[in-house]
Amino acid sequence: MHGMINRALQCFMQDTYGPDIWEAVVQTADLGFDNFEAMLNYPDHVSLEVLRCAARHLQKPAEAFLEDLGTYLVSHPNVEAIRRLLRFGGDDCVEFLFSLNELVGRARLALPELEMPSLWVEPVREGQFRLRCSHALPGAGYVMLGVMRAMADDYGALVFLEHQGWRDSGEETVTINLLETAYTEGRSFELSERLVG
Amino acid sequence: MVTPVTCDVNPLLAFMPLSLTFCDAGVILSVGPTLAKLRPAEELIGRQVTEVFALRDHGRGRGAGPVPLDTKLSLTFRSGRPTPLKGMAAALPNVGANFLNLSFGISIVDAVADYRLSAGDFAHTDLAIEMLYLVEAKSAVMEETKELNARLQHAKAAAEEQAVTDMLTGLRNRRALDQHLERLLRSNTSFALMHLDLDYFKTVNDTLGHAAGDAVLQKVAGILREETGEDDLAARLGGDEFILVYKTCSHDTDLVAKAQRLISRLEEPIPYQGKPCSISASIGITTTGFYDTPSAKQMIHDADLALYQSKDGGRGHATMFDPVAYSKARSPLRSEAAGRAISHGG
Repeated sequence: MHGMINRALQCFMQDTYGPDIWEAVVQTADLGFDNFEAMLNYPDHVSLEVLRCAARHLQKPAEAFLEDLGTYLVSHPNVEAIRRLLRFGGDDCVEFLFSLNELVGRARLALPELEMPSLWVEPVREGQFRLRCSHALPGAGYVMLGVMRAMADDYGALVFLEHQGWRDSGEETVTINLLETAYTEGRSFELSERLVG
Repeated sequence: MVTPVTCDVNPLLAFMPLSLTFCDAGVILSVGPTLAKLRPAEELIGRQVTEVFALRDHGRGRGAGPVPLDTKLSLTFRSGRPTPLKGMAAALPNVGANFLNLSFGISIVDAVADYRLSAGDFAHTDLAIEMLYLVEAKSAVMEETKELNARLQHAKAAAEEQAVTDMLTGLRNRRALDQHLERLLRSNTSFALMHLDLDYFKTVNDTLGHAAGDAVLQKVAGILREETGEDDLAARLGGDEFILVYKTCSHDTDLVAKAQRLISRLEEPIPYQGKPCSISASIGITTTGFYDTPSAKQMIHDADLALYQSKDGGRGHATMFDPVAYSKARSPLRSEAAGRAISHGG
């Protein structure tokens, strides 16, 4: 898996649970190095082993861990760039949800080797959407759950999200109930980073 | 009946070459020049927009016709290469027709290659060319970065391979020891070799944990550094095993005294988080003087034999290798030593 993904995993653990947990994971996963490099590729099993060890050290179900990772990616100041890029998706939460259909293509323009989860958002009925998602990393749907929940907060929308489980193909489904688009004011966003105070 | 409207929209085509017009019933009336590069105009004119494109508006469409107006559209060709397009349609009030403007969006890089498009296929005011320029420039820079990464990665692995320092203690490692001995032997320099093994170290590790063990090893390394001169060498072989090479001291009695002093220093309790860690050490010694043609392998082996004699003597001892006794009882000693080596715990 791409170094960016592994790096995100590492930063999430360091920023959320402290450097000791990360060191413990490095030891038990027997990585043979201390830090992932963002611009290198790593075999998938390395990432899976890190996840497995992290869930064990934190005594947390992998699903909850992945959801927290998703929330972190959008809301932690250390990874503000990700939140900004996601906000390029549109001016409101609905636009954002549909922009997920283009996220893989946009990411490919920037970083062709980055294996993003394939995402497919479609409307089910008024105020309800469905996200289908699959990735080499099982549980990417839970990461998306965290991402979407945090992004809804960012837009000031009130949502109710539910992970609907897996298909045999590895595809995960999440239903998104958009209860209110302007529940709070949300966080401000400017297309130009220079205007962000 | 379909009314041709080509004349009326022609001025718009300079700004929107990737476009088409369609009547309220959804039939394509005319095709812009860039769209005509994607599919021949004659294949499109007279057909339904929805017949040519699979069309999504995410359920937000307006207008009575088959193509929602004034809303974001996603379109994909139904036949041939499924290039995804972005679009928006609007009514042309005085013409009785509708205009559908299209854009490649994220598919631009592929589309330019697939349809061999050039700068002239995009409106002068369109940012497409700047976008392509950025993507290309970024890719070139990324390629350079990737190569640099690969080179650095390779250099790092090579450096680790050549490293001569034991990471934990900062003493020399096995590799450095081998090189050092080889150098001394090649230049016929006489020297003494001590094989040192810590006693009771496993107890520290087991009762106080690995962090305490590491602290003890670092303290031991400090003592060994102090007890070796500039021309000597202290190496950690791994675990709690060390080898010291003395160039400056060649008298047998001096060596044993030196080793005993070293042991007494190591026996001073080492404090770790307020708790004293007590260890000791056993040492086996040999010198180049015992051999006609000394070899590193033989000397390490013989120092090892002497070390086990120290261990057998109740630990905390230093023993000089005795070549006479060894050659007298060569075979029994060898098998006995081998037996001890297996049960040796440290």
